[in-house]
Amino acid sequence: MSTFPADLSYTAEHEWLAQGDPVAFGITDTASEALGDIVYLELPAVGDEIVAGAVCGEIESTKSVSELFSPVSGTVVEVNQAAVDDPSLVNSDPYGAGWLLKATVTATGPLLSAAEYQVLTAG
Amino acid sequence: MTDVPDLQSQSDQQSQSDRHSPLHAEHLALDAVMVPFAGWLMPLRYSSDLAEHRCVRRAAGIFDLSHMGELRVEGAQAGAALDYALVGNLTAVPVGKARYTMICAADGGVIDDLVVYRTGAQAYLVVANASNAEVVFAELLARAAGFEASVTDESAQTALIAVQGPHAQRIVTAVTAAGDVDAVANLKYYTGLPATVAGVEALVARTGYTGEDGFELFVPAARAAELWRALLAAGEPAGLVPAGLSARDSLRLEAGMPLYGNELDRTTTPFEAGLGRVVKLDKVDADGAPLAFVGRGPLAARRSSPPARVLVGLEGLGRRAARHGFAVLAGVEKADVVVGHVTSGAPSPSLGHPIAMAYVTPELSAAGTLLAVDVRGRAEPVRVVALPFYRRPQ
Repeated sequence: MSTFPADLSYTAEHEWLAQGDPVAFGITDTASEALGDIVYLELPAVGDEIVAGAVCGEIESTKSVSELFSPVSGTVVEVNQAAVDDPSLVNSDPYGAGWLLKATVTATGPLLSAAEYQVLTAG
Repeated sequence: MTDVPDLQSQSDQQSQSDRHSPLHAEHLALDAVMVPFAGWLMPLRYSSDLAEHRCVRRAAGIFDLSHMGELRVEGAQAGAALDYALVGNLTAVPVGKARYTMICAADGGVIDDLVVYRTGAQAYLVVANASNAEVVFAELLARAAGFEASVTDESAQTALIAVQGPHAQRIVTAVTAAGDVDAVANLKYYTGLPATVAGVEALVARTGYTGEDGFELFVPAARAAELWRALLAAGEPAGLVPAGLSARDSLRLEAGMPLYGNELDRTTTPFEAGLGRVVKLDKVDADGAPLAFVGRGPLAARRSSPPARVLVGLEGLGRRAARHGFAVLAGVEKADVVVGHVTSGAPSPSLGHPIAMAYVTPELSAAGTLLAVDVRGRAEPVRVVALPFYRRPQ
């Protein structure tokens, strides 16, 4: 069963966003379950500009490829190299060891609360 | 993220129209992710695509293939009817043996690829892909009309369970009736016989779609669940796991086996797919005259002319996988020259790098040729390699 930590914000594109600036984000439990086994992450580099709602990476699973949308506008300050080296972390611990990027924030896109996101994913 | 399927609402909508396998309740009990496939609702995965794939390579997996079509052809001229209807020479198949063959249209295009089991002197079982089962049944009926042969669609009454992997023999024989154990254990590849397995009368065949040793068991739909449970229980100590369509697809891709709709379709003859050997142009009738069969003329012409495209294996030199439909390019430096297209592709769980099958122009089909694939706007380097990608250790 998917979990929805209450201290995180969410997007309709199945990203989660922590609090703070710089902010960490990744993909949700729901998304990682739907994708199946994740085998490859294509992420921007430290210093790259990212734009809220724009594609900032790719997530490849055995069955499909998904684009990663940035939930915020800003600059990438850290990339989770451990997840790049072992993308299965995104399946096993999407809100923890499987985080993807940290970025400074100049703007955020539309965000959902845990409760709102849960309603959205319940179909 | 894009492409995240809305699994909940999808299954709600689909369950209205999609057929359920006789093992549907077993899949739900095992918490499978169910997806619509060729008009059926089938298990995509139970746990993890990769884990299921690796279990089949290292131990064993059990698959529900009840969506496949089973067509019984019987009568004094059953063999002759199939010799006319299909590209293979089915009268030459001994009782108890199976053949991989195809049914082609009048223009030589592939309608479906098939496995045909000869179950008796005047009886054959034709196994068709789920997506083509109705079309193949209609074609066989029409093509057998001039022969003393009946064609019966037994798909709805028949379940098909596959046990694949290095431990498959140990698992299947563990639940086989004592009197049948030796015969089942001694089955050669592409042979089959009737046997009692877990108390159920089955056609047990040493066939599969994974590149591993394994068995496919055809049983009455009403008895499928008890056989499934008995095999799962007997196989647990040997590492048997239920495996879904996702693992089935990655296993067959590593084994270089074609999938209808990807490598084979109506616009393709067996020759482009590198499977010209299944076309038996030397079939003769009882008087030694060349035997007519549907598609013969165009297929004969195709065999004697070089194909415009050939199916090759591609190994990815980067980490991004080429997928179905992607363009094959003349090279990383010649990314503006399209030389073919990918029919199937995925990250290979066994090999650790991306693999794909693709149609390319013949002059670029030699093993070792460096090409590229357009992966979402970037030319990713690939190398042509001989198929299959994976061979099981003998």
